[in-house]
Amino acid sequence: MDVLGTVRKWLDERIGLHGLVEFMEHKKVPQHRYSHWYFFGGMTLFLFGVQVLTGILLLLYYRPSPNEAYESVEYIMTQVRFGWLIRSIHSWSANLMILTASVHMFSVFFLKAYRKPRELTWLSGMLLLFLLLGFGFSGYLLPWNTLSFFATKVGTDIAGQVPVIGKWISVFLRGGEDVTGATLTRFFGFHVAVLPGIATALVALHVLLVQRFGMSVPPSVEAEWEARPSERREMRFFPNFLLRELMAWYVALAILGGLAAFKPWELGTKADAFASAPPGIRPEWYFMFMFQTLKMIPPKIWIFDGELLGVLGFNAAFVVWVLLPFFDRGPGGRAQRWVTGAGVFALGYVVVMTVYAYFAK
Amino acid sequence: MSEQSLNAPGQPKRRLFVEIFLGAGVAASLASFLYPVLRYIFPPETAEATSDTVLAGRVGDLKPNTGKIFRFGSRPALLILTPDGQYSAISAVCTHLNCTVQYRSDLRSVWCACHNGMYTPDGRNISGPPPRPLDKYDVFLKGEEIYVRRQGNA
Repeated sequence: MDVLGTVRKWLDERIGLHGLVEFMEHKKVPQHRYSHWYFFGGMTLFLFGVQVLTGILLLLYYRPSPNEAYESVEYIMTQVRFGWLIRSIHSWSANLMILTASVHMFSVFFLKAYRKPRELTWLSGMLLLFLLLGFGFSGYLLPWNTLSFFATKVGTDIAGQVPVIGKWISVFLRGGEDVTGATLTRFFGFHVAVLPGIATALVALHVLLVQRFGMSVPPSVEAEWEARPSERREMRFFPNFLLRELMAWYVALAILGGLAAFKPWELGTKADAFASAPPGIRPEWYFMFMFQTLKMIPPKIWIFDGELLGVLGFNAAFVVWVLLPFFDRGPGGRAQRWVTGAGVFALGYVVVMTVYAYFAK
Repeated sequence: MSEQSLNAPGQPKRRLFVEIFLGAGVAASLASFLYPVLRYIFPPETAEATSDTVLAGRVGDLKPNTGKIFRFGSRPALLILTPDGQYSAISAVCTHLNCTVQYRSDLRSVWCACHNGMYTPDGRNISGPPPRPLDKYDVFLKGEEIYVRRQGNA
C-alpha cells in the first residue's frame, strides 16, 4: 500500500476528508461573458499571501527606530542576498494589491454583486480596502525616508482636521504632537501586528461569505438565463475554476517579478525633521486624486475652511459609497440608475483627477 | 404552595435586580480594563521647549536673498536674509498640512513643496492652500550672533 494512500485514509477516518473533496467537486462557478472579473478577488488574495511571506522575511532584518530604520532597509537592499528582491516585491505587491482590490471593488459594483443577500460581503470587502490603505500608509513610513516622512506629516495632519476628535486621532497616530521616532514605532506596530490580525480575520469572513452565497450572476445575465434556461452555463470550482485562477495568479506573479527585477523600489534619502520638504514631493498614486483635490481647493470657501470642507467631503463620499448597496432598490428602478450614475461619476472623478495630478505642475 | 406564592409575584423583580447588578458589574469591570488601556494609548504630554529664545545662526551665515532652517525647540523654523538686508524669522511648519517650507531665492518668497503654498518672507500667506500666516519671531543681534525669540516674550 502506498504511503500517500495510507495517510489519506488515516486523515479521512478522523476528519472526513472525502466530505471536503466532494464539496469541492460539487461547488460550481457561473460561466458568462463577465466571468473574468471574478479573478481579481482571487488575485488580491494571492498578493495578500505574497505580502505576508515577504513581510515576515523583511522582519528578520528590519529595525523600527529612527536611528536604524533607514540603515536597516539599506542593509537589506545592499548586503543581504536577494534582499533587494524581497523588498521590491513587498513594495510592488502592495501597490498591485491596491490596484487589483480596486478593480475588484468596481467590478463588483458595476456588476451589482452587492445585492441582497451579499451586502455583508460588500461591507467586509470595503473594510478590507480601507485596511489595505492603512497598510500602505503605515508601511510607507517604515523605511524612514524623506518622502515618507512628509507624507506621514500630511496624512496625520489631515486626520487631525476631523472636527472634535481630530486632535486625539492625530496624537494617537503620531504618538505625540509631531511625527517623530514615536510615530515610527507605532506605525510599525500597526503594520505588522494590529492590521494583519484584523485583516486575516476579515479575509476569512469575506471568503466565507463568498462561499456561503456563491458567485453573484449579473442581473443582465440572470435575465437572459431566465428567458432561455438552456444558455445557463456553470463550471466546476475544482479543478476547472481553480486552475484558471492559478493561471491568473501566475500572471500576477509574472508582472510582480518583472516590476521588482526591472524597476527595483527606491529607498530615497533619509528623513530629516529639520530639512525642507523637497520639490516634486507627492503621495503614492492611489492617494493622488485626493492630493490633487486638496491642492486645488481654495483656502476659504465662503466662511468655511477649504481644507476642512475637502476632508469632510471625502469622508462623507466614502461613507455614502460604502452604503450605496442599501440605496439600490432592485432592477429598473430610479434608485438603481442613481447608484450606477454615482459609480460612473466616482470612477470618472478618481481616474481624471489621478491623471490630471501627474500632468499638472 | 407557600414557596410558589412567595416566588411567583416577586420573580420578575428579582430577575431585574440580578440583571442590573450583573450588568453593572460586567460594565464596571470592562471599564476598569478599558480605562488604563485608553490612557496608555495616548502618550504623556512632553514639556514644550523651555527656552523662548534660540541661537539661529551667525552674521555671515546667510547671503542676501537666502534662507536656512534652524531648530526652534522641537520644530523647524526659517531664518531669512531678505534682498534688502533685513533678517526675518518665521516658523517653517506650513499652516496648511504641516510640511516644512523653504525660501525660494528665485521667487523671493517662502514656498511649500507639498501643495504649492506661498508666503512672503515675513510669513504672510499669499497664494495656494495655506489658511493662515506662519508664526513670526523677533530677531535680534548680540554681536555676531543672531537670536530669535517668540513674540510676546520680551
